Amino acid sequence: MTITAQGLTWGIPLLRLLAALLLLLTFAMLAQRRLLTLIHLLAWQGMVLAAGTALVALLTGQSELWFSAALTLTLKAILIPTVLHRLLRRLQVRGDVEAVLNIPLTLLAGIALVIFAFFLAAPITALTGTVTRGMVGIALAAVLLAFLMMITRRKAISQVVGFLAIDNGLFFAATSATLGMPMVVELGVALDALIGFVILGIFFFQMRETFDSMDLQHLEQIREE
Amino acid sequence: MLILLVLACAAIGIPLLALWGDGRRGAALFIGFNTLTLLAILALAVQVLRDGAFTTDGGQFMVDDLSIVLVLVDGVVALSTAWFSRSYMAQEIVHWSLSRRRVRLYHAMFQTFLTTMLLALLTNNMGILWVAMEGATLSTVLLVSLFRTAEGLEAAWKYFILCGVGLAMALFGTILLYFAAQKVLGHGADALLWTRLEAVRRQLQPQVMAIAFIFMLVGYGTKIGLSPLNNWLPDAHASGPSSVSAVLSGLLLNVALYAVLRAKVLVDGALGPNFAGRLLMGFGLLSLLVAAFSMLRQRDVKRLFAYSSIEHMGLATFAFGIGAPLASFAGLLHMISHSLTKSSVFFSVGHAVQSFGSREIQRIRGLLELSPLLGWALMLAVLFILGMPPSGLFLSEFLIVASTLQVQPWLTPLLLLGLGVAFAGIFPRLQGMVFGSAPEGIARQPVSGIIPIFIQLALVIVLGTFIPWMLVQWMQHAALLLHG
Repeated sequence: MTITAQGLTWGIPLLRLLAALLLLLTFAMLAQRRLLTLIHLLAWQGMVLAAGTALVALLTGQSELWFSAALTLTLKAILIPTVLHRLLRRLQVRGDVEAVLNIPLTLLAGIALVIFAFFLAAPITALTGTVTRGMVGIALAAVLLAFLMMITRRKAISQVVGFLAIDNGLFFAATSATLGMPMVVELGVALDALIGFVILGIFFFQMRETFDSMDLQHLEQIREE
Repeated sequence: MLILLVLACAAIGIPLLALWGDGRRGAALFIGFNTLTLLAILALAVQVLRDGAFTTDGGQFMVDDLSIVLVLVDGVVALSTAWFSRSYMAQEIVHWSLSRRRVRLYHAMFQTFLTTMLLALLTNNMGILWVAMEGATLSTVLLVSLFRTAEGLEAAWKYFILCGVGLAMALFGTILLYFAAQKVLGHGADALLWTRLEAVRRQLQPQVMAIAFIFMLVGYGTKIGLSPLNNWLPDAHASGPSSVSAVLSGLLLNVALYAVLRAKVLVDGALGPNFAGRLLMGFGLLSLLVAAFSMLRQRDVKRLFAYSSIEHMGLATFAFGIGAPLASFAGLLHMISHSLTKSSVFFSVGHAVQSFGSREIQRIRGLLELSPLLGWALMLAVLFILGMPPSGLFLSEFLIVASTLQVQPWLTPLLLLGLGVAFAGIFPRLQGMVFGSAPEGIARQPVSGIIPIFIQLALVIVLGTFIPWMLVQWMQHAALLLHG
């Protein structure tokens, strides 16, 4: 994939800026106590992703990436956060997140994870050209942070937000580190994400019907003898 | 052409079952589509026998000696599950008073699952393989929680989250694979095609491939049920309908292992055979031992056999890790025998649970007296799963132990310990379930759902005594392919 010299001077630093923003937003999600803000942060992540994809499309001139950017914008920045928002109101979930660990401790663990991610990605980074240097590390860090968020949250909705944030991190890895996955694969992944989201919606209502609550503590009944 | 026909036969069923999949019509349609699919698969097998491995549609679809064996098993198990499901679900519908809508959902989701399994096996694109695996997870989530009990919802949630996160890791691995492939094959849709990757596998960057493989192993390993990522598996098997447990064990675990094997071939080229092999052996042995010891303290009959699935998948993973062609051959034989046997176990357990109205092993008594046919079905299926001759599992376990003795003799005691503990975990329970006198007032089961159990068990005997020559040929070629 060729990027023009002009693109290299301003495009790549911009892409790096977006990557940093993505990581920052994931950290903000990790620190966030309110569910509503968490969903807003997820929407911002979607925006950053769409911007990143559009930027790569502009730099490399792959027209299909424009399509992918538009898909990201509608799906990840608008549709999914809106639906989550409405779900929150329909199900009348209480406003704040109950974390298993306290927030400062979680953030410290998050920093450790970022260092680990960069350490893991170091051999890959060393092999690549200047263009995508560091992107794999950042994407991996975002994925691991979202993972941490899933582990440390109790409410079903915040676990789903964590899940979607993992997805965002992966998507960023796909667009910025490899400059776009093949179109069939990307479409398939988007389709899976959409179906998964619909199924989750159905699932929430089932849960609400059965338990009258969205707290995952109800989901700890199965015990092994 | 035929590959597309197989996929089309399966896929057409999804919308039709979503519309008309209730009542007697639904069950008949379900059987009908799976019969059609099996016929198409047989035609495909004949073509593979004649022409060997081939790709179609610009290389997007592929069938070779490794995948055709699994596709065949897939078709057989899908059809017998559809057959079993007719009488089984007829009772469950009454018992749980499922609405017509929910029965349509059951059939449509089931068919979606079967389609994604075939797609995963027949695609040549490592990315589409991931998409199909994710689709399989999504379509089974609502099946696990079909009865809407608290237990079912918990199991489905755990399944969704754990497998979702696991597969996210596998996607990261696939992205890294593409990252490595780009350097050699260039940017574009072809760079994830397995056949193209296989041709250049020695040129792929080892550092990237190592990390990519670890992510894919962890990701797909979650779906294989490899320890310590197996938490979802017993819950999902226990809470869902028995027809779903049968295909989770019989098809899903196999296809997930297949995905790992495809990745292993690529990484072996870049890093030599030891890297992936050691990982597979470690995870396999760990799963075998953990599952065997967990079996000892199970009270729920479906959980017991779910752990047995982990044990057997661990054993197969271990066999592929050894890396000798004989061991890979045994691993493949183990995969297909296990999938036929374990689905039979779940069919018979499903009927037994319906009779006694409980999944507790203590409360299932005197099955032979109650219904000799069902009692024999359960007894034979369980004896076969324990690796008794003339089951195909006896042969495969024997070969696995023999090649372990040859390659890594010091691991043999651990392997035998796992197999022995698993035997001790299941055998005494089996005696309690089939012998003795049945409690009063237990309903007998219709015979029609038991027939597929005996058909599958007959196939397992064939695998253990005289394997058909074409199957031997395919498995030999596949073993050499996996050997590199």
